[in-house]
Formats: sequence, C-alpha cells, structure tokens
Amino acid sequence: MELKDVEKLAQLARIELPESEKEGILNDLKSILGYIDQIEQVDVSGLKDHEYALRNVMRVDANPHETGVHTKEILAEMPSEQDGFLKVQSIL
Amino acid sequence: MSKIDLKNLTIEKAHDALMKGDFSATDLAQAYLEEIKKKNKDINAYLETYEDVLEQAKIADAMIKKGEASILTGIPLALKDNILVKGHKVTASSKILGEYKATYDATVITKLKAQGAVILGRTNMDEFAMGSSTENSAFGVTKNPHDLTRVAGGSSGGAAASVAMDGALFALGSDTGGSVRQPAAFCGVVGLKPTYGAVSRYGLMAMGSSLDQIGPVTKTVRDAEIIFQAISGHDVMDSTSMPVDLRQQEKTGTNLKPKRIGVPRDFLSQEGFDAEVLENFNKSLEKLKKLGYEIVDIALPNAKYSMPVYYILMPAEVSTNLSRFDGVRYGLQVKGKNLLDTYNKTKGEGFGKEVRRRIMLGTYVLSHGYYDAYYNKANKVRALIEQEFIKAFDVRNGGVDAIATPTNPTPAFKIGEKSKNPLAMYLSDIFTVPANIAGIPAISIPAGVSSDGLPLDLHLQAPHFREDILFTIGKEFETIK
Repeated sequence: MELKDVEKLAQLARIELPESEKEGILNDLKSILGYIDQIEQVDVSGLKDHEYALRNVMRVDANPHETGVHTKEILAEMPSEQDGFLKVQSIL
Repeated sequence: MSKIDLKNLTIEKAHDALMKGDFSATDLAQAYLEEIKKKNKDINAYLETYEDVLEQAKIADAMIKKGEASILTGIPLALKDNILVKGHKVTASSKILGEYKATYDATVITKLKAQGAVILGRTNMDEFAMGSSTENSAFGVTKNPHDLTRVAGGSSGGAAASVAMDGALFALGSDTGGSVRQPAAFCGVVGLKPTYGAVSRYGLMAMGSSLDQIGPVTKTVRDAEIIFQAISGHDVMDSTSMPVDLRQQEKTGTNLKPKRIGVPRDFLSQEGFDAEVLENFNKSLEKLKKLGYEIVDIALPNAKYSMPVYYILMPAEVSTNLSRFDGVRYGLQVKGKNLLDTYNKTKGEGFGKEVRRRIMLGTYVLSHGYYDAYYNKANKVRALIEQEFIKAFDVRNGGVDAIATPTNPTPAFKIGEKSKNPLAMYLSDIFTVPANIAGIPAISIPAGVSSDGLPLDLHLQAPHFREDILFTIGKEFETIK
C-alpha cells in the first residue's frame, strides 16, 4: 500500500483527508493489514458452500403505513428541506 | 425519608422498597440525579441527563399506586448514546450527527417504557462504538471511577462508569467485539452480550450488523438476568432477531445443571497477557471447583483467528453502515462547492480519526481486487470458528457446558497509553471478540482486584441461546468472595 492508495480509498469513501494525516493513516493501515493477513494461513478447504454462505433475512414489504405520517418529524432532522422535501445541492 | 443507599442497591431491592413505599420512584430518580451531579464532572460518564426524568418517575409512581407495577417500574437506567429515544438527542458521540433528535423509540426502549423504567440520560462512548477506551469520543474521555487516571474501557465506557459510580442502577450498551463486557470489567461491574438475534437492534445505530447486540451493564448477575429477560424477544422490525420457536431449535447443551467448564489454555497463551491477570484467573477457576464444577482443558485452535477475522468483517460492515452519514440525511452538513464536495467535507470533518480509519479499511477489504482474499475468506474462517465452539459445547460427546477465560488481558490501562497505536488498542479485545464472531452469549463478572486496587474479571461463554447457563454459574460464582 502506498500514499496514492490512501488517497484513492479516501476518494471512494468520500472522506476529505487533511494532507497532514495521510502518512499516519498509511502506516496504521499497513500495520493492520499486516495483522489481518494471517487468515491466509487458515485451511478452509473442508468447508462446504452452505456452511458459510450468508442467508437473506429481509422480510417482504407488507402493510405499509399511510404515506406522510412520519414525514414532518423526519424532515425536521435533515439539514435542509423545502415544501415537504429533502433539499440537496444541484448535481448537474 | 432517609438517604437511599445507592451503593448496595440492586433491582430487586429497589423494587421491594418501591412496593413497600420505603421511597418513591421520584425519590429514587432524584437520588441518582444528585449523585450524577456530584460525580459526573470528574468522570464524564453522562453526556446529558434528560429533562423529563422526574416526569417519567411520576408515571412510574402512578403505576405503582394503581397496582400496575412490574419489576422495572421506577428503576433508573442510563443509555449508551447510540440507542434511540423519540424526541431526545442522540449522537453516537460523534460530531457528524450534530443536534440530531431520534424520531422513534428503539424496541428495547419501547419495552422498558412499557414497564415504567426511568431513563436518566445518555452516556459517553467511543464514536460510533469504535474503540476500547472512550478516547475516540468527540466529547472527551470517560474516566474510570476506580482510578481517574485510567480509562473506563469502551466502547460503552460511559454506560459502565455510570453504573460503577452509582449514577444508574443499570445501563444498556451495545457489544460488537466486547464493548459491553470490556468496560464493565474495567469498572468492576457485570456486562452481558446476549446471543446474536436474542435482542432486537431496531433503533440501535448500526456498526457491524453481523456482530452487534444490545446488552446490559449491571451490578449483579441476577440484575443482568432481569434486564435480559425484559429486553429479549423476537421483533419484526429487526430481521436478524430470532423467532422464539427457532430459538428452541437452536438450543443445545445440557438440560441439567451445568457442571463442566472448559478452559482454552492454547488460546490463553497470548502476548501481552498480564501475569497478575492469569494468576487471578486461576484463582477464579479454584473457586469454581469449590462450587463443584469440573474444570477441563479444551482446544480452540482457530479461536486465535477471531481478531483478524473481526478486523475484516467489522470494518467492511462499518464502511457500508456509515455511508448514510453524508451531510444530507441528518445532522451536520459542511457545505462544499457541489454535492460531492459536501459529502467529502461533511465526512472529513464530522467523523473522528478512528472512524475514518475503519471506513477506509472496510472500503479496502471490500474493493474488487481484495474482496475474495479478505471478506470472503474471513466469512469462511468465521464459519470454522463457529463450528469449533459448537463442537466444544457438544455435551453428548464430551463437550463442556461453558467456557471460561479472563475478559481482559490487563486491568484498566492509563488514559493515553494505547491511543497512539490502533493495533495495540484492538488487541485489548482479544478474549471478547470470539463470542461475537461465533454469535454466542458471554458475560463478564467482577472477580477480585489487582495489586493496584483495580477490578479484575471472569469471562464466561455458553452455547447459542443458553444465557441461562451464564446466569446459573455467575450467580453461584458471586457467592464466593
């Protein structure tokens, strides 16, 4: 991992990093990756697919509440709203 | 009314006194508020006490008067700052939530409110539950009530300290890798992490969704049992919460009184393990033997990979869960020249260093080129670890009823001792993380003091949905001083 990888990761994660922190984060990430790399040694060849596959537990949408009953209080916690809508900056 | 003895109060004692009319719920709430006022400026356990505490207490008093009281009516508690109470500010000890107020009650809160429990306020934590010392809070460190130069542990450090300083009769925290048990142990109180799926997380701010559980911090094992019974249960609002009939099917282990306790000696031979802690742990085993338990050595050869697995899966889930805090949906917004710039600036300024580090680590292990080597591999190793625990608990084939280790490899460390070295900080959770990886329940119980007068601990783990085994052994263990 190099400094440019840290910059790329910050960009992907949409985090603006101060220049002064990049070197420190690079060193931290390197030492953490050095530690987690030990899982390479573990032999998992005996595992069958169903033994580690994740199951979807999302429920099916049903019985929706009436539109708008929570809108006011949720909007009140957003940084910017207008006419019952969340307001964002233009993206084009 | 004479002064209430908060130090020796338990939930059952308080309940009896409330029912007999020795003191009212209002008296009790007031006594705690006074204690908090006296101690919190030094300890920094609470971020805020709620303005409506006495109103809540009045409701409890009315329930008692009408004969509608249950065990938790009028019992005062503290919350970790990541559990939602409608209309109250909640920040996960992060700047990014700004002045955010919860728009609904967490399921655990709905359950406690129905019983008339009194919520005193919200307590300090490592930002978004990421840390082992509360040094990652945006609102200052929580100090250990037993020694103000030391950390209270984390991430539920404020919750644990609030109970230890007699600022609440119990507290609710969240445990992703030890965040209830580790601070409870550092502060000399009891901390429980229930089985994954036992307690609804609806209204708990998500950190690592395959690991998180809400758990109580209490003064006694019996109190932990009472709170567990009050908050456990299936909830359609949390798709990972387990229906009750499935819990029955998943239950393994003994139907009789537990008798065999396993000690994974290979796993205990870790670097950085304090000699005094090991000696104290051996003393605890002697006590268990005196109580009639059989202590046997067991092997958990893959348990040592729990930490590296955790530091892949948890950041991966963190990076996904925290993407919603973007300066648009809630709380803080740091306006940039366009929407993307606003995202970047809000996350850059709103998140603290540790949170940014974990989001970036998670982004890395989930990236296209590394996904298989890290995330997929970690899920497979996790399955091996879980199988290893299930096998260890297979009582029909020579397995044990419970597994004992210390909770922490050292007593509470000094403030600043590990804050510059993230990896050293991570390794303080080495004995607590495996339970989250395997999804099993685990409890930390006070067990003696160090030569410096700091609390030491005993950590017990049991099969899935067998919290009852932890309570049985724990309550007996408490009887031997």
